[in-house]
Amino acid sequence: MKIHKAVITAAGSDQRHLPLQTIVSASGETKPAIQLLLDEIFAAGIRNAALIVAPGQTEAFRAAVGGHLPQIEFIEQPEPLGYGHAVLCAKDFTGSEAFLLLVSDHLYLSNGEVSCVKQLLETAKREECAVSAVQATREGKLPYYGAVGGKHIPGSRDLYHIENILEKPTPTVAEQELITPGLRQGHYLCFFGMHVLTATTMRLLEEALETSGKNLPLTPSLAAAAKSERHLAFEIAGQRYNIGEPYGLLRAQLAMALAGPQRDEILTMLVELMATSR
Amino acid sequence: MLTDIITSDEPALRDRPLAEACAGLSREQLLAEAAALDAFRRSSGNLYQRVRALFFLHAIHRFHLAGETVENDGHIPFEGYRHLLARRFPEAIDSFLASQREQGSSDAISSALAAAYHQLAFQTLADQVRKSVRTVRGNQWMFRMGHPAEHPLRIRRELLAHDGHSYPILLERTPVRMDLTHSAWSDIFFLGMDFPEGAKVINVSIDLAIHGSNKEPKPPVSAYLRVIDRPVLRLTSIDLKATAEIEALADVFDFAKDYLGLLKAAVIASGLIPPGIEGSGKPLSEILSMLVGPGRGLELVSSVNHIPKGSRLAVSTNLLAALISACMRATGQAASLTGELAENERRLVLARAILGEWIGGSGGGWQDSGGVWPGIKLIEGSFAAEGDPEQGISRGRLMPKHHVFGENEIPVAARKALQDSLVLVHGGMAQNVGPILEMVTEKYLTRASAEWAGRKEALSLLDKILTALRSSDIRELGKLTTENFRGPLQTIIPWATNLYTETLIARAEKDFGDDFWGFWMLGGMSGGGMGFIFDPARKDEAQARMLAIMAETKALLCNALPFAMEPVVYDFSINSHGTFATLLDGTDAALPPDYYQLHLAPLLRAEPGDLSPAQRAELARFASLSRSNPDFSGSLSSLLETLVPSGGGSSPQSGALAELLEKWGFDPEQHDAIRRDLLADRIGLARNRLPAITEITDVLPEDYTDLTRTPPSSETIALGKAALAEGSVAVVTLAAGAGSRWTQGAGVCKALNPYAKLGGKHRTFIETHLAKSRQRGEEAGATIPHVFTTSYLTDGPTREFLESYGNYGYPGSLHLSPGRAVGLRMIPTERDLRFAWEEMPQQALDEQQQKMRDSLRTALIGWARGAGEAGDYTGNLPLQCLHPIGHFYELPNLLLNGTLARLLTERPGLKTLMLHNIDTLGADVDPALLGHHLSSGAALTFEVIPRRLEDRGGGLARVNGRPRLLEGLSMPREEDEFELSFYNSMTTWIDIDRFLALLKLDRAAILSENIPAIAAAIRALAARMPTYLTLKDVKKRWGNGQEDVFPVTQFEKLWGDLTILPDIEIAYVVVDRSRGQQLKDPAQLDAWFRDGSADHIAKLCGWGGKG
Repeated sequence: MKIHKAVITAAGSDQRHLPLQTIVSASGETKPAIQLLLDEIFAAGIRNAALIVAPGQTEAFRAAVGGHLPQIEFIEQPEPLGYGHAVLCAKDFTGSEAFLLLVSDHLYLSNGEVSCVKQLLETAKREECAVSAVQATREGKLPYYGAVGGKHIPGSRDLYHIENILEKPTPTVAEQELITPGLRQGHYLCFFGMHVLTATTMRLLEEALETSGKNLPLTPSLAAAAKSERHLAFEIAGQRYNIGEPYGLLRAQLAMALAGPQRDEILTMLVELMATSR
Repeated sequence: MLTDIITSDEPALRDRPLAEACAGLSREQLLAEAAALDAFRRSSGNLYQRVRALFFLHAIHRFHLAGETVENDGHIPFEGYRHLLARRFPEAIDSFLASQREQGSSDAISSALAAAYHQLAFQTLADQVRKSVRTVRGNQWMFRMGHPAEHPLRIRRELLAHDGHSYPILLERTPVRMDLTHSAWSDIFFLGMDFPEGAKVINVSIDLAIHGSNKEPKPPVSAYLRVIDRPVLRLTSIDLKATAEIEALADVFDFAKDYLGLLKAAVIASGLIPPGIEGSGKPLSEILSMLVGPGRGLELVSSVNHIPKGSRLAVSTNLLAALISACMRATGQAASLTGELAENERRLVLARAILGEWIGGSGGGWQDSGGVWPGIKLIEGSFAAEGDPEQGISRGRLMPKHHVFGENEIPVAARKALQDSLVLVHGGMAQNVGPILEMVTEKYLTRASAEWAGRKEALSLLDKILTALRSSDIRELGKLTTENFRGPLQTIIPWATNLYTETLIARAEKDFGDDFWGFWMLGGMSGGGMGFIFDPARKDEAQARMLAIMAETKALLCNALPFAMEPVVYDFSINSHGTFATLLDGTDAALPPDYYQLHLAPLLRAEPGDLSPAQRAELARFASLSRSNPDFSGSLSSLLETLVPSGGGSSPQSGALAELLEKWGFDPEQHDAIRRDLLADRIGLARNRLPAITEITDVLPEDYTDLTRTPPSSETIALGKAALAEGSVAVVTLAAGAGSRWTQGAGVCKALNPYAKLGGKHRTFIETHLAKSRQRGEEAGATIPHVFTTSYLTDGPTREFLESYGNYGYPGSLHLSPGRAVGLRMIPTERDLRFAWEEMPQQALDEQQQKMRDSLRTALIGWARGAGEAGDYTGNLPLQCLHPIGHFYELPNLLLNGTLARLLTERPGLKTLMLHNIDTLGADVDPALLGHHLSSGAALTFEVIPRRLEDRGGGLARVNGRPRLLEGLSMPREEDEFELSFYNSMTTWIDIDRFLALLKLDRAAILSENIPAIAAAIRALAARMPTYLTLKDVKKRWGNGQEDVFPVTQFEKLWGDLTILPDIEIAYVVVDRSRGQQLKDPAQLDAWFRDGSADHIAKLCGWGGKG
């Protein structure tokens, strides 16, 4: 399986400006968040990316992507008709190929040397199927994420066969329908904001569009795709930072800084802050 | 051998009745079996096998070992008793067993072991149900969530759509359920989890209207939920007229603080405020902020459309389910915001309702949330399978499965025919079904033979009932439900019926003949919600007639049975939706009219400038609804009426109370003196006790005669027979009391209560005592004068009752001796309440129930402080405010009211009185005991019985070296009672002349009826007797069958304290338990039947046997 294309959504009402926020990367460079994300995907082997933006936002994003501009196609989502609809806007861009899907308001930090995107792409290529990156997440965070239930692939430490996908489930429903043996009590495999999807998902989204009205979510089509073709969940070795949450940008920034050479300086700064703040 | 029954997979052995297996075993063999069972229950990993072993052990000690006379009397170790009170059952058992090893087995130790095994069995079962409820998928997370930041629920955005005036309202309307056949209480969780194949009910969801109200039946239960602009939980129960704005998390978990416990249980069980967060100390506003958004809160309103309590239609469980359903829809836990629920959502609501009932400390059967489902359904147990939390622990799952019958299975015609024939009523009786459910469980687990056969018969009847229903044969259905009631249900629990129900059935049969097709008991027991099935052509007539019959029968029996309300007839229809929700917005977003009555009156009294915009909007909404909505017609004028202060001055009730006090000899001076002493701490519960240095020991053999081991000689018996033949003895039955424990303070006359069926008929206490006297009289060839002492509470009703029953045909003279003194109850002091609840050892309850009790007690202490400690208790019906001043006065009253003078005139040769309590059913004029009394030469002979665990409250003791009867109230140390071998049965043989001599009176003084002199003599004697202060529970009824129980202070002087007087000769005689045991609590009835006591009484009465 070849995965050369990426789709990054940035058209959500709360996403329009967040990816444009500047942040100091682990290596000490100051860049817009979107550029950090693009650095990671192109370093992992992606050749072209489509950025789905709200009408009138193209220029702002064009200015923020820096040297990646030639590899990027900007697609405006004409109306805010849901996340699924935003993805579907890239249908012509992805064509029949598998593609990497990311949200623009998340930043990722790998636990090891291999970046999060690269871990996912390598897994999808190896397994030759759609793969969603997931992370075991406490049930208190369920209102923020899509979640999957399934079973471990025998012989694998971090791969799951997906049996069910639900968007922001209540734990009441999750306990009944998202059972995943081997997870700690009260933990669920929640989406990491990163998927490798196939053209099947695009086709299902297109079918769903006919009856979706004002909102076309992604999750039901993902769930349907998972039933019609092999779709795995991959427990990624890394951390995601949702910069859209309260203090999300700060957390992401601190995590980046603590992962880089300025770690001691940042820690000292935090201690000073704690000592002097009231 | 007995363990084989428990472990066997073979039904023939597994279902072998324990009684049959124990028959013929010697005492030693029984003890060996008990030891083996005890070892088995300690080692078995299987819950139900353990529980069954515990019930076997209880039965062996209670029914097979107890009652046999053994060489030693045995003492129950106080340490074990303390363990028992604190619910440390395993430790209690170890203590009792150690005692059994040291002292040998005895009746006393067996009674203690029986109690401990019984309680441990139920505790084990309750723990398992609780564990299962927590482990149901969908419920687990709520016990893990401990911090507001972790709250995973969010209100649905549809409910946040503010229209400029208010938020939309989610309205959940739920039918109640009726139960065509509960297959012998097979919906008890314990049964369903052990015997899923036998747990089956046919359950019908119905809408209701009060017959005669000209309203169409509708779902009676409603829950309303809306977002509010204050960070509080506002809870309102319209029927209980209670509302509260809860601002603190701890108050959500305080169930008994107000009447909003059910709403709180729903808030918790639905996960809005999950149980795991209790005690976290976090602000409620923080949790609400996560759930609904900053600065916002939730309002929850419940209404049951004035259906009274005790309807047997599972109103409260369905209300809980409706509230939970609304909360779950509102937070996305159910996908359907409006309309019907999907099947998986209904099951989740059921699981949460079970959890809510446990949290609220109540408990129903698993079919009770049946109103959540539509139409007619079969609900049945299911076997635990791979992956279930119950697997390996119990045979069945906690949750039953539901099959809703389609119209192809039960045709529309059948449903209509049922509606056209059934007269659904509430008979008005209030009963506590709890003890029945325990009895059913125990009988099932010990496979009592008749009851086990009954259970199987009930199951076969279910199939027949279903067949009748499928074929629209309602006449057959009526026959079958009657058969069920008459057969298996009463075989298992004879107390399922009562004299009221039997009278109603008999009158329906008489008035309607063949057109009365049958009786149908709804739920736990009869007397409350019931069904009468008639030929549809006569249904309208039957509805009117049944209402009249119920009213007449209630009038006849209202002093004998506890009624909570006037009887009601319902119109009903089968509901085909189950629980159903609607979103009300815009002008439709209205709460029920009664809600506004409750909430707007304070707003109208407030300064207009103080009203918030939301409150102004609410007033405007109400004004607009009053103009435009027909449901609100008259609401405005009702609201204005509530604003007018009620007129001052005395109410009719206070006038009636004053009259009663005057009539029954209330002494205001003595009352005020007691109040002063009480407030000054000169008297009080703690001061009832003797000084701590008092030496209390068990009596020595020379202090009493044990007639159970040394039967009286033939000469003694002959002496008694001769006295009977001469007519020199009369019986005095103390019947002045209400039997607080018998009807839990309901204020009916215990003497008139038809407590059980003996010889094929319901018998009252009074009838039983008269029957014994008649029997003894006939044997002796003479009649025995019989006196019933009465009081302000019992005198009128007893006279009327005896008149209407023609004195039960009693051949001898029959007198009523009305009381001559009465007290006025007082509001207790906080000191006494705390002493009773905190200092005195008492039975701890199961975890949630204990929490409920603690919360209630805090509220009651607040009530006492607020109402004024030691103030007069007048906030109830006048009769409930008075109290008798102790049974010491009962005999002196005979002197004062002329009853003794009449007896002596009628029978100049009268020498002896036998005085006994109304509940000592075995006491009769036994010539052997009479002979013993006469030959002993004592002025008073007191009967005592060997003590069992349940015999609390005093006994025969040596106090500072002198034998006397010692009241439990005056024991300086709780443990002293456990050293005493004998319990006072109160039955006393009295030598009339010597008792008069004690008063410095004689027959001439009595016959001359010199009342002032007699009164002075009694006052002088009373002054030598201690006065005890006591707390009693009194019921206050209100609303539709609602009841509150309040503790009140009263004082009394007790008959047994005559034994402290040095100038009267007293003897003590040990008699059989069957003679001396008292029936104080309906929960005793079952064991009373099983251990042969009922048979014994029936024989004494000449009624052949029980049945």
